[in-house]
Amino acid sequence: MTKTHVTTTINGEVIEFLCEPSDTLLAVLRNELQLTGTKEGCGSGDCGSCSVTIDGRLVCSCLVLGVEAEGVEIGTVEGVADKDKLHVIQEKFLEHAALQCGICTPGLIVSAKALLDENPEPTEEEARYYLAGNLCRCTGYDKIIRAVMDSAEVMRGDAQS
Amino acid sequence: MSEAREYKYIGQRTVRPDGFDKVTGRAAFGADLSLPGMIWGKILRSPYAHASIKSIDTSKAEAHPDVMAVVTYQDYPAVSSGGFEPGDGPTDLRDLARNVLADDKALYHGHAILAIAARTEAAAEKALSLVDIDYEVLKPVMDVADAMQPDSAVLHADLFTKGLAEQPENPSNIATRMELKKGDIEAGFAAAEVVVERDFYTPTVHQGYIEPHATTVRYDDDGQSMVWCSTQGHFDVRASTAKLLSMDLGKLKVIASEIGGGFGGKTTVYLEPVALMLSKKSGRPVKMTMTRDEVFRASGPGSATRSTVKIGAKKDGTITAMQAKLCYEAGAFKGSPMGPGCMTVFTPYDVENIYIEGYDVVVNKPKVAAYRAPGAPQAEFAAEMVINELADELNIDPIELRLQNAAKEGTQTVYGPKLKAVGLVECLEAAKNSPHYKQALPKNQGRGLAAGFWFNIGGQSSVVINMNPDGTGTIVEGNPDIGGSRASMQLMAAEELGIDVSKLNPIVADTEHVPYSATTGGSRTTFATGMAVIEAARDVVQQMKERAASVWNVTTEQVDWADGVAINMTSDDRLTAAEICRGAERTGGQISGRGNINARGAGPSFAVHLCDVEVDKETGKVDVVRYTAIQDAGKAIHPSYVEGQYQGGAAQGIGWALNEEYIYNEDGVMENAGFLDYRIPLASDLPMIDTIIVEVPNAFHPFGVRGVGETGIVPPLAAVATAISDSIGVRMTHLPCSPPRVLKAIQDAS
Ligand code: FES
Ligand code: FES
Repeated sequence: MTKTHVTTTINGEVIEFLCEPSDTLLAVLRNELQLTGTKEGCGSGDCGSCSVTIDGRLVCSCLVLGVEAEGVEIGTVEGVADKDKLHVIQEKFLEHAALQCGICTPGLIVSAKALLDENPEPTEEEARYYLAGNLCRCTGYDKIIRAVMDSAEVMRGDAQS
Repeated sequence: MSEAREYKYIGQRTVRPDGFDKVTGRAAFGADLSLPGMIWGKILRSPYAHASIKSIDTSKAEAHPDVMAVVTYQDYPAVSSGGFEPGDGPTDLRDLARNVLADDKALYHGHAILAIAARTEAAAEKALSLVDIDYEVLKPVMDVADAMQPDSAVLHADLFTKGLAEQPENPSNIATRMELKKGDIEAGFAAAEVVVERDFYTPTVHQGYIEPHATTVRYDDDGQSMVWCSTQGHFDVRASTAKLLSMDLGKLKVIASEIGGGFGGKTTVYLEPVALMLSKKSGRPVKMTMTRDEVFRASGPGSATRSTVKIGAKKDGTITAMQAKLCYEAGAFKGSPMGPGCMTVFTPYDVENIYIEGYDVVVNKPKVAAYRAPGAPQAEFAAEMVINELADELNIDPIELRLQNAAKEGTQTVYGPKLKAVGLVECLEAAKNSPHYKQALPKNQGRGLAAGFWFNIGGQSSVVINMNPDGTGTIVEGNPDIGGSRASMQLMAAEELGIDVSKLNPIVADTEHVPYSATTGGSRTTFATGMAVIEAARDVVQQMKERAASVWNVTTEQVDWADGVAINMTSDDRLTAAEICRGAERTGGQISGRGNINARGAGPSFAVHLCDVEVDKETGKVDVVRYTAIQDAGKAIHPSYVEGQYQGGAAQGIGWALNEEYIYNEDGVMENAGFLDYRIPLASDLPMIDTIIVEVPNAFHPFGVRGVGETGIVPPLAAVATAISDSIGVRMTHLPCSPPRVLKAIQDAS
């Protein structure tokens, strides 16, 4: 009854939904819109599994309210690939075996993309600090960092050609 | 048997078959399933670490318009104490039931008391606040040393110590005392010229999987109930849940979702029997998820331990005696990994005189769950620290001291069998020759080295390979894929069948679609389920040959099989797998191979880790600057995922050594139940983790495989703590080596 009507854009598609004023964007994505690629690992901004972009800016969707989606552009993991054509970062994650269980992967891919959109030539240290908000318990990050650095190189090559 | 074989697929770094789904967000994990008509369940948890429950009044909650069911311990059929083996080891059914929902006592802060299902998650949470419970608060017992005192408050009035010479008269928090020995310990120490003895402490830690426990269930009175959940072993979820609700196994289908990490923590049930009872009472599908706070307070964790290790050696480095006393916290119910702790503590060493005593002790903390090589990291931390100190005392290089005393083929273990061929010496040699060990250490750094051992297990696995009419195959297995195991199954099947990996699709089936398979744990999956895959593939090949023989009108013995093609040895005619499958309709129907096995002969895996640290002497903060993990894989089926296990184990062990611990206040309430304050390693905390895969084949596996998942978490505790000791000149015996503790050690020394 007290639900708020929100119009937003998700992965380029205009979407309308109703939500409680207290619902997080993460809850709306997962439970209302069935966009379950975005994961919940903590609900308190500490793990990065819920990473999405809002107008290109990387955020934890568990710390954003659903109503704040009004009029903005949201990017989730579901929008990273172009239909069946994987993004370079996704391909590199697979090539480098940068995932074991894969629960951190959607958040990391969204974050890595945000990193490389912002800084196409990060040092290893810059990549490690940028991704420090995305916890992975399985890999020790070695292969993740390699996948990201390799993606950066390929993307720079693509941008030049 | 495993040498000299040229592999076409084994050892390739293929893209995992489930990769696309995992990088695009399509893969469905525990919390990702919703059903029509579904409602939400929430658990009310004890606000006290130790309390008697005097009365529970749920009437106000039940009157809430959105509430559809309330469940307490009383709703379940009575269960009696006794052995029952659903998963990673014997569980007492009554303990399991009372951990899922408390009976008349709350035994830790966060212990589940009752559950409510309501139309929305918010309504369920609101209704929890309407429940009235009358508690009588008791004194919490929070440390293994206190719990073992004769005058300690006891958690269970009916718990009497097992393993004592005489039957005890009074109940105790010590559930079991165990003893292992070999040779004559006193003679061993009498022969020693140098003896080192120290006390050690390791804190309660959590597995820290990023995906909280989650389940969606639907109870069906007449037919088939369904549980969807994130678990390492869905057959064991079925066994436990069916037992607690008194159902036939055949009436309960458990579907394992994709699993977002487990490390042993997802080998038991928490939510599933509760959700199913809520569904039964409400008549609606029910979804339950734990918050991170609940995960910390009420699932896992790994045992805290106090231990004493004493080792004696001759001046030439021959170790003459090893002694340990190992005390493990079990949490609220008996069953810590004290046993494996005792069995692993000294296994890297071939020593004549050994004496080990272990204690399994209950305290007012969550019941511990398996955590990667359960029990071994704590015990071997203590042993390896003493070995390193002994090396210093003797002025012998720590690798040389280990080489001189290393366990090898024929070494008599203290727990029973003699070791078969193992790779400890090879790992030590690889460490000695590694670029890491050869590089001189910069002045401001410290270096540490430690070895580690884990048994690995086999057990039951079932696999069916269904060949399709176009010659492609579906590999149906029953082990949740927690770290890329589908890729290994695909590679092993491809190798045996001679059919390309791209034509073989591995799937993890639910409990209805593949026979019983033991939990993904104990580093058993690539070994045991791999053996089932090989057996199923050989069955397929045999049938293919029979079909080809019938087409050619020759005997099966006259048909050879190579690279996915049947060859008629009498005429050199050929039929491809695809041709045989396409023609199967005319030769007796479709082809399906079976491998239902109970795998024996799991090969232990040894590891050696090297760690360099830099310590900030002003703050006590430790940076790991270089790390190398060396481990025996027997045969690496998919080297990238083997390296990944080494790196992941190392990272978890580094976290354990440096930062991770449950911090309790005096009321027994955990004060850091979130990832901000329980700090697992971040990308910015770690260097690249170099790996060296040693391959000493396991003679009992067709490809020589040893499990690799667990050993990697064993050496880091001592490798890191030794590196710190080396840097600051003080022996670090208490974990974690967090900045305040390291700073205090530096200050105390100066
Ligand atoms: S779920 Fe949002 S940061 Fe963890
Ligand atoms: S792959 Fe499991 S948490 Fe990162």
